[in-house]
This record gives sequence, C-alpha cells and structure tokens, in this order.
Amino acid sequence: MFTRGLKRKCVGHEEDMEGALAGLKTVSSYSLQRQSLLDMSLVKLQLCHMLVEPNLCRSVLIANTVRQIQEEMTQDGTWRSVTPQEAGRAPLDRLVSTEILCRSAWEQEGARPAPGLGDGHVQGPVSDLCPVTSAQAPRHPQSGIWELDSPREDRGGFHKSLDQIFETLETKNPGCMEELFSDVDSPYYDLDTVLTGMVGGARPGPCEGLEGLAPATPGPSSSCKSDLGELDHVVEILVET
Amino acid sequence: MTKVTTTNYKTIKLWKISERDKRPEGYNLKEEDGRYRDPTTVTTLRVPVFRPMDLMVEASPRRIFANAHTYHINSISINSDYETYLSADDLRINLWHLEITDRSFNIVDIKPANMEELTEVITAAEFHPNSCNTFVYSSSKGTIRLCDMRASALCDRHSKLFEEPEDPSNRSFFSEIISSISDVKFSHSGRYMMTRDYLSVKIWDLNMENRPVETYQVHEYLRSKLCSLYENDCIFDKFECCWNGSDSVVMTGSYNNFFRMFDRNTKRDITLEASRENNKPRTVLKPRKVCASGKRKKDEISVDSLDFNKKILHTAWHPKENIIAVATTNNLYIFQDKVN
Repeated sequence: MFTRGLKRKCVGHEEDMEGALAGLKTVSSYSLQRQSLLDMSLVKLQLCHMLVEPNLCRSVLIANTVRQIQEEMTQDGTWRSVTPQEAGRAPLDRLVSTEILCRSAWEQEGARPAPGLGDGHVQGPVSDLCPVTSAQAPRHPQSGIWELDSPREDRGGFHKSLDQIFETLETKNPGCMEELFSDVDSPYYDLDTVLTGMVGGARPGPCEGLEGLAPATPGPSSSCKSDLGELDHVVEILVET
Repeated sequence: MTKVTTTNYKTIKLWKISERDKRPEGYNLKEEDGRYRDPTTVTTLRVPVFRPMDLMVEASPRRIFANAHTYHINSISINSDYETYLSADDLRINLWHLEITDRSFNIVDIKPANMEELTEVITAAEFHPNSCNTFVYSSSKGTIRLCDMRASALCDRHSKLFEEPEDPSNRSFFSEIISSISDVKFSHSGRYMMTRDYLSVKIWDLNMENRPVETYQVHEYLRSKLCSLYENDCIFDKFECCWNGSDSVVMTGSYNNFFRMFDRNTKRDITLEASRENNKPRTVLKPRKVCASGKRKKDEISVDSLDFNKKILHTAWHPKENIIAVATTNNLYIFQDKVN
C-alpha cells in the first residue's frame, strides 16, 4: 500500500546509473500508486467545490493528503525530476499551488451567509465555468503570482507549479465523461463541456488488488491527464470562484 | 413532555415533544367531527369528558436559532445547567441561551486570517455532564481540546490538549484522515471521554492528556483497504459512539449494518447486525464475525463481501436501561436486553 515501509527504487540512483534525464523514468510501483493517489485526490478536490453544499472537513482532509504526497515527492526528488528546469526552485512555491487549489473551495464554502443562498450558488459554478476565456480577475490580492490577465502568455512561477501537477496526470479519451458524471444530477452535466479533454478514462486502479471491495460510484476515481494546452483551461476552472 | 434540539446544517430548532392518549368528547357547541352545532338545537348541557384514544406523538417547534453559523453544524450539546447549550460548526463554536434565539456568543473560533492556511477543522463538541463551564471539542487531526469558559470569553486557548502520538509503523498517506475524530462523548460520570476515529474507539482519562487509557478496534480489517475506501469516499464516514448507563460498555457502528459493543471490564466485544432479514422480532441477536483473511469459517463474513452502503453511523443507549437504538440507512432498530 502506501506505507512508508514499502520497498521502492531510488530514482536518484537510477539517474546516476543511466545518465539520462528527460521525460518519465522507469518508476517503481510505489511511485505509480502514489501518483494515482495524487491524481485521484486532485479530482476529488475539484469536484468538492462544485457541490452545492461543499463539505469543508472533507476538502481539508483531501488537501492535506495532496500536500503530504507533494512533500514526499519533493523530498524524493521525483517532483523535481519531472521538470528539470525547476531544479533551483524552492519547494515552498510548489506547495503554494496546492493551497491555491483548495482556496477556491474554502472561500466558496465560507463566503455564503446562513439563509437562502442555495439557489444562487447552484448557478455560480456552472455559469462561471462554461465561458472559459483568457481574462480572469486576480482573486488573491496578496499574492503576486495571481496576475492572470493573460494566462496564456504569463507562464510565471504559479503556472509552472500547476504545470507540474497536471503534466503528471494521465488520461484516456475525453469520451468517457458520461461515465464520470453518470450519477450526478443534471445541473452539473454542463460540466462535461468544460472538463472534456481533461478528465476521463477507465480507472487504472491505484487499488487494483482491492477491486473486490464494494463497488465505488463512478466518481472521482478516474485519473486524468491533459497536455500543456489544456492546462490554462484547468487553471481557470480551479480559480473560478 | 420532552424537549429535543435538532439541526439541519445551519439552523437549530428546539421542539416540544408530547404524547397524547386522551381526547375530550361531549362538547356542547361542537359536533364530534368539529362542526359547530346550531345553538338553538341545544336543549341540555353536558360536561365534556376525556376518553382514551390511540397514542399520538406530537412535535411542535418552540424556538428557532438561526443565522449564527456560516459552516455546517456538526454538534449540539445542552449544558448541565439546562439553560445554555453550544453549537459547533467546522470552524466555530457558539454558546446559546435556550430562551434567546437572536443572539449567541462565539466561544471558539479557529478560522485562520488566511483561509489558505486552513489545515484543521472542528469535528465534534460536547459539554461536560457535571461541570457547566467545561466543554471539549475534537478536530480533524485527531486532537481533543478541553476548554474552561471561566478562563476567557473566547476559549481559543485550551486548558488541556489530548493527543496520542502517531504509531510510526502504521504510517501511510491516510494516517491523518483515519485519525480524524468523528464523535466525542463524555462518560456519565464525567471522568472519562470517548472518541471515535475511523478504525477505533478510544477512552481517555481527563487527567491524562498524552494517550488514551483504552483503545478498541472497531474494524481493523479495513486498514489494508484504506485506498479503496478513500476512492469510494467511505473513509470520510462519520461514526458516532455511545456509553451505556453505567459507563461499563461502549457501542459504535460499522458497515454491513453491523454494530459493535465493547465491555470495558471483561474486555470482551461483540458484533451484532441490525437487519430485518436476519433477525425476527423478539429473537436474540446472533453474534457476527468478519473473517479478515485466510480460511473463512461457516457463518463468518469475508471483508470483501461487506456492504459498504449499509453503514450504521448513529447509535444511542438508554441512560438507565439496557435498551439501545441503532439507525441503519432507512430504518431505526430498538433492541433491549433479553428479559428472562
């Protein structure tokens, strides 16, 4: 499973041995499982803040899990190895990107006062997501990395960090969106158009050996990949709040 | 007459529950069906009397406490003074007076200035059964804080912090999630408190903060399935727990409509099932057993056959009698001790 005691290869050692660097290396099954867990968690997080009544506790726990994986991958050097040009960057910048991933979920949950806001909220995520254009107002006044006026040109540090996350996501074809959302209420079906190309495919199963367990809903278990062209698309989805 | 508080995430209501088993009959000006009689047809007078009727239970809302919570309420706890109560959501705990619905006092606030820094939420809270200034709240990181309201108006500094050191041999990416406490309950005596996390129930002595005095494994066989349970979201299920009247037995729910009881004195435990198919009314419940691995004995259930959609999250024990209430997804079961 994911216990630390699990035997795994030392990626650094392999690099020395083979002397090459670019692209994905041969990784141990632990790394693959860990990667799958990261993918699954990111999808869960994204779906978290699309709910009408997001569950803050669940979002926080999933975000903490993502952060743990990120920290371990950073320590391993596996995080670094995906984008070698990032070698000089401090780990904190990469961790910041996860915070921002979660921030929109929590701001959304926290921003609604108690009574009668349910219906207004339902409209929010869907209508904000559909017209995905390039210009997005900066959300977070404190952080300089949120200059998102022209995200396609401005590939600053923040984008690089998210790039790293999404470069490592895997996909099949976009046609399996229906499977992903088959048991979601119809208002959310519009999400298909937004997420097409980003999410889909059958589960490669981080928990392959445990499939005998009671069937999970075809929800956030799919792992996902996008090529670099889709990443801006994804960034806008995540910052939509 | 009983009073009950309920909550639906953000609004709290106080209800009066009453039973009625008699109704008045023989009015002079009204027929039995409620229509008014023509007064000119009344020739004699009679005194209305109470006659028995089928028992009817009525609930009527008496107070509505709204607009004090931004996040979802996870706990309500009435104080031992029977005048105040607390309500807790993910980030705040408020203190109310039962008679005052338009005002509450915030006594705990863990919302960070910058929401990006949020890594821990409140998961449950309860007043001490005897000491009306003391309450506890648990967190998603497996800690419990005991607070004294006399110390300051805003109890953001705890009097005691209960936390068990992590077991390094069991560490995984799911360690934090399964350590998240879903319920905290004081014993009736007030000397102990019990916490429920995903795999276990722990009993804490209020005088010892660094570890629980007893730990009971509810379904340890799930430890090797945590990844699947994370995938299907079962790992986020919030189970409650409860004490019996004498604090000698604790009970909590599990999957497959199983619930578990642990006897603190004999150290024996039992697994029972709440299901209509497997139990006829008035028959003694048969103990169940889950086979974790290896050869499955007759009558045992293998882990892979467990139904994770059948979960018992809510259980309650009568404060004086050996009567328990167990809630499955669609049914409420009441069980009592076998009467000899």
